[in-house]
Amino acid sequence: MMMNMVQAINSALSMEMERDPSVVVLGEDVGVDGGVFRLTDGLIDKFGEARVIDTPLAEAGIAGVAIGMALNGLRPVAEIQFMGFSYLTLNQMINHAARMRNRTRGRLTVPMVLRMPYGAGVKALEHHSESTEALYAQIPGLKVVVPSTPLEAKGLLTSSIRDPDPVIFLEPTRSYRMLKEEVPDGEYLVPLGKARTVQEGDDVTVIGWGAMIPLIQRAVANVQASVEIIDLRTISPMDSETIVTSVKRTGRAVVVHEAPRSFGVGAEIASRIYEGAILKLEAPVERVTAPDITVPLPKGEDHYYVNEQMIRDGIERTLRF
Amino acid sequence: MLTDDFDPMKGEMLQIMDEDGNVDSSLMPKLSKDLLLKAYRNMLLTRLADDKAVKLQRQGRLGAYPPSKGQEASQLGPAMALNDNDWLVWAFREMGALLWKGVPLQTQYLYWMGNELGNVYPNGVHVTPSVVPVGSQVPHAVGIAYASKLRGEKDVTLAYFGDGATSEGDFHEGLNFAGVFRTANVFVCQNNQFAISTRRNKQSASATLAQKAVAYGFPGILVDGNDVLAMYAATKEAVDRARNGEGPTLIESYTYRLSDHTTSDDWRKYRSKEEVAEWERKDPLKRFRSYLVAQNMIKDDEPLMKELTDIVERAAAEAEAVPAPTRSDAFVHTYAEMPPYLRGQMGGGGK
Repeated sequence: MMMNMVQAINSALSMEMERDPSVVVLGEDVGVDGGVFRLTDGLIDKFGEARVIDTPLAEAGIAGVAIGMALNGLRPVAEIQFMGFSYLTLNQMINHAARMRNRTRGRLTVPMVLRMPYGAGVKALEHHSESTEALYAQIPGLKVVVPSTPLEAKGLLTSSIRDPDPVIFLEPTRSYRMLKEEVPDGEYLVPLGKARTVQEGDDVTVIGWGAMIPLIQRAVANVQASVEIIDLRTISPMDSETIVTSVKRTGRAVVVHEAPRSFGVGAEIASRIYEGAILKLEAPVERVTAPDITVPLPKGEDHYYVNEQMIRDGIERTLRF
Repeated sequence: MLTDDFDPMKGEMLQIMDEDGNVDSSLMPKLSKDLLLKAYRNMLLTRLADDKAVKLQRQGRLGAYPPSKGQEASQLGPAMALNDNDWLVWAFREMGALLWKGVPLQTQYLYWMGNELGNVYPNGVHVTPSVVPVGSQVPHAVGIAYASKLRGEKDVTLAYFGDGATSEGDFHEGLNFAGVFRTANVFVCQNNQFAISTRRNKQSASATLAQKAVAYGFPGILVDGNDVLAMYAATKEAVDRARNGEGPTLIESYTYRLSDHTTSDDWRKYRSKEEVAEWERKDPLKRFRSYLVAQNMIKDDEPLMKELTDIVERAAAEAEAVPAPTRSDAFVHTYAEMPPYLRGQMGGGGK
């Protein structure tokens, strides 16, 4: 069936709730309203308000309650309305969800998903455009997953719900309704921790995730060079192998992310490339990112957001080095 | 209902046994002689084991440790009201409650000695591990209770926290969620009058902490936390109500920490010897003992003291004999399955 990302995510949630009675959905406005982006639309009618839970307006409470649910046998999928509000969950996610398995040597675990839209490009209010995946990616014990297409969203979310560890699931806001593609009605899984080669090429490897993937695809459409595109899919634990293998072959790498440059995931990727492929590199690893500034309000968004030309320029610089 | 008879808004406090061990028989909960003696044994063991933990810390054999002295009744009374399957969510000063629930003393020592194996409790013991970030365990208790409720189970989840925790957002959010969800929760605030050095009156302008329950739409009760009978009776009523689907209760245990916050501070900096001596007089253990002696249930503590001292020494020795975690122990539980790069780091490869 042709689905956009919203429908694909809804389909994954619905299927998993059907399959496993321990899966519950909770968050602000996820029930009657079906979520602010309608991701959970219709679930309350199918599964009832005991499993599709409209919570009080409190992000730390949502995360903390979800942790308790997971400790007692449920598989909660908690929604945070925007990534900019997820920082209130950090104490719960970092101090509890991430470390429960380790500190109890596997006696207690937290199989939960914390879902949220992230990223700029939809002319939203303040605090609605953040892309702070690096905050979560630095925490051992958490997984950070970002789908780039409807099909990927269905497969990655299904795997995240079934995963035995806590997963931060970041949904690119501006890709929610950007395109439709064929997505299986039935069960569809994409393994976590494995990057995807979107397009094969020989001259340069471009690495991105989430909303950057369609942007990269458009940017390189008219580029003369043969470009390999890798969709990271899982930021952490990172699939270094796929990246390093590709860069060893192409000798050039460009990392694209919509988060600010410094201390970003791009730095980690560059570092892993240097560690694994330094002798095959023809040029330094290029980073195409947002500048290290606060996300501007919509009128000034263009000063911030990565665009196609910036990606082409980055590729050009690495090819000419 | 005790929650009807003792209104925290009026500052009324439930006490069943006074400071000399005299009991108000009209309020006396049903407890067999066996159970009373078992409770006394637990409180005495906690006192001795606590003292040993402090000594071990002073000798460098155990890490920073938060002493329980003075709070034995406050810890034990609530735990006594729980069934085996009920969940206990603790903070970090609840040694007696854990012993009652089946977490062995050597396991607790092992944790304070700095080994994660001290968080590995026996199978079927429904106790979460200690929580150091103050108050952050409160929402967990609500989620645990929600899961029980969803499956139609009758288990109750009881959470402990201190007076300082009531200032944290997690306390408010947890109790607010519990009120809305009507989960089978009992919240026990061990108000020991201090969050490290900060006095209770600097923590909240509320006259009592129990009255905060009113704002969440469920009952709260102020209880003499040095009276194990009152703590048991108040919790039993709350547990029964929770089990019957009548929602949560907040219990404020009015107690006093007779020792330091942890072995890293010194209480003489923030309170007088006279004040502490005043509370020594209200010692929950002495009080309970006076009652049991008056009832002719105990006479001479010597044989029991000797038995419990042996137990404590053995537990300490057993905990000390556990080898330090291996490098692999520190790595393999990060995720269910170890990512390749982590395996590299474990091997010292640094990749």
